[in-house]
Amino acid sequence: MRSILPILTVVLAIFVLWYGMAVKLNAPWAYDKAKRADVTLSFSEMVADTWSQNKPRLPAPHQVTREIWKTTGAMIAKGKAFSKRSLIYHGWVTLSATSLGFVMGTMLGIFLAIGIVHNRAMDMSVMPWVIASQTIPILAIAPMVIVVLNAIGISGLIPKAVISMYLSFFPVVVGMVKGLRAPDHMQLDQMATWHASRVQVFWKLRLPSSMPYLFTSLKIAMAASLIGAIVGELPTGAQGGLGARMLTGSYYGQTIQIWSALISAAVLAAVLVGIIGIIQNITLKRMGMAR
Amino acid sequence: MSETVVKAENLSLTFETNDGPVHALADIDLEIKKGEFVSFIGPSGCGKTTFLRVMADLEKPTAGSITINGVSPEEARKSRAYGYVFQAAGLYPWRTIAGNIKLPLEIMGLTKADQAARVARVLDLVDLTGFEKKFPWQLSGGMQQRASIARALAFDADILLMDEPFGALDEIVRDHLNEQLLQLWAKTNKTIAFVTHSIPEAVYLSTKIVVMSPRPGRIADVIESTLPTKRPLDIRDSPEFLEIAHRVREGLRAGHAYD
Repeated sequence: MRSILPILTVVLAIFVLWYGMAVKLNAPWAYDKAKRADVTLSFSEMVADTWSQNKPRLPAPHQVTREIWKTTGAMIAKGKAFSKRSLIYHGWVTLSATSLGFVMGTMLGIFLAIGIVHNRAMDMSVMPWVIASQTIPILAIAPMVIVVLNAIGISGLIPKAVISMYLSFFPVVVGMVKGLRAPDHMQLDQMATWHASRVQVFWKLRLPSSMPYLFTSLKIAMAASLIGAIVGELPTGAQGGLGARMLTGSYYGQTIQIWSALISAAVLAAVLVGIIGIIQNITLKRMGMAR
Repeated sequence: MSETVVKAENLSLTFETNDGPVHALADIDLEIKKGEFVSFIGPSGCGKTTFLRVMADLEKPTAGSITINGVSPEEARKSRAYGYVFQAAGLYPWRTIAGNIKLPLEIMGLTKADQAARVARVLDLVDLTGFEKKFPWQLSGGMQQRASIARALAFDADILLMDEPFGALDEIVRDHLNEQLLQLWAKTNKTIAFVTHSIPEAVYLSTKIVVMSPRPGRIADVIESTLPTKRPLDIRDSPEFLEIAHRVREGLRAGHAYD
C-alpha cells in the first residue's frame, strides 16, 4: 500500500500536466474557430473545446483512451480483431518484427561477445566497428536496408527484423563482453589448476557468470528492438504496424491516432521488458545470484 | 617418507614492472619430501604465495629449476598432480555443494558413478556429509572452506597446495579447521604446502616451517619441527611448541632487520 501512493501521485501529476498542456496547445484553434463563427468563448467553454477537438495539437488522455478502445476492445467485440483498422493487428505486425529482430540481435550479440572475449584479434578489431555502427542514425540506415534487401528479393518481415537486430545486438555485445569477463583471476587460476580447456571454462564458468549481465542487456535490447521495428515500418510505405499507424496519422493530421499508436507501443515495450524481468528474477534466484 | 616431491634449485622469479624489476623470489633452494606438511610463513611481499603459484604452474620462474614429482610444474599441472585451495572458497553459487565438488571431476571426464562415489568420500573426509544438496550461501564461511578443500581432494592428487585457506576466518573456526586438517593429513598421507601469516598456525600444523623474508623474496630459515605427529590443540602451550614459535619469530625478525 505504501508503494501505491507515490505511484498514484506521479500518475495524477502526469494527467494534470497532460490536460493542462492540452488546454494551452489547443486553445488558439478553439479561439480561432470562435472568432470565425463570431462568438465569444467563456473559459469553461474554451476548456471543453480543447479537450474534444477532432484534430487537436495534443489530444487529451480520454480521447486517446477512447481511440485505443475503439481499435482494440471494440474490434474484438465485433469479431474483427485482425482487421486492418485494428491496433491489435498493427501491434501484432510490430511484435513479430520486434521478436524476430530481438532473437537475431541477441544471437549476433552473444556470438560477437564470445569472439571478442576469446580472440585477441577480434578484441582489438571488432569493438570499434560495433561502436561505430551505433553512431549512424538508424533513420539513415533503415531505408537502405529495406531497398538493398528488396533488391535481392527479401521483403516483408525480414528487413524490419534486420533493422531491429541492428539496434538490439549492441547492448548484448557490450553486456556479454563484460559478463563473460566477470570471473576473477582466482576463478580462472582455479580452472587452470584443473587443466580445464577454454570450452570447459566457457560453459562451466564464463557463461553462468555472465547471466546477470545478459538479462540487463536483454531488457535494453528488447526496447531497442521495438524502436527498430517501428522505424523499419516507416519506409515500407506504411503497410502495417504501429509505426505505420504513426506515419498515416501524421499524413492526415490524425493526432489522436498517432498518440494511441504511441501509447500502445509504450505498453507493448513495458510488457516485453516486464516478461524478461520475470524470467531474470526466476533464473537468478535459482542460480543463487539474485541481488 | 624419503621420496622427493618438490625440488627447487636456485629458483628466481623477477616481475618486470613499470617501476623496474621486482624480485619476487631470489635463489630459492628447497626440497619437500613425500608426506611432509610444509608451511611457508613471512610478511607480505616475501614471495610465499608466489612460490606456491610457481609450484602450481600459475607463474613461470625466470631462473633456476623446479620439479614436481620429477617433472616440470606444467606437466604436473596437466597430469593433475595437485589440488589448490585458494584464500576464498570460490564455490559457484549456482552449483550445490556436491555440484561444486564434481566440477573438477566433470572437467577431468570421470564417469557419473565415479563422481558420486568421490563426492560422498571427500564430504565424509571434511565432515560435511548430508550437505550435498545445499547451496554455498546456506553454509557458514568455515563450512564453505571445508567444501573447497573437499573439492581439491576429490581427484586424488598427492599434493595439496593451500594459499592462506583459513586467512579470512575467525580464530575459533580456524582452530577447529586446523585440527581437522591435521586429521585429514594423517588419514590421506598427502604432501601439503601451506601458506600462512600466523606463527601459531604454522607451528601447530607443520613438520617443516619455511620462514621467508621480502625484497628480494628468499628463504630466511627452514625449521624441522620436533613436535610429535599427534597434536592436540593444547600442545600449543607446551614449552617445545613455544620454542619453535620463538625460532620462527627470530627468523622473521632477522629478515626484517634492515627496515
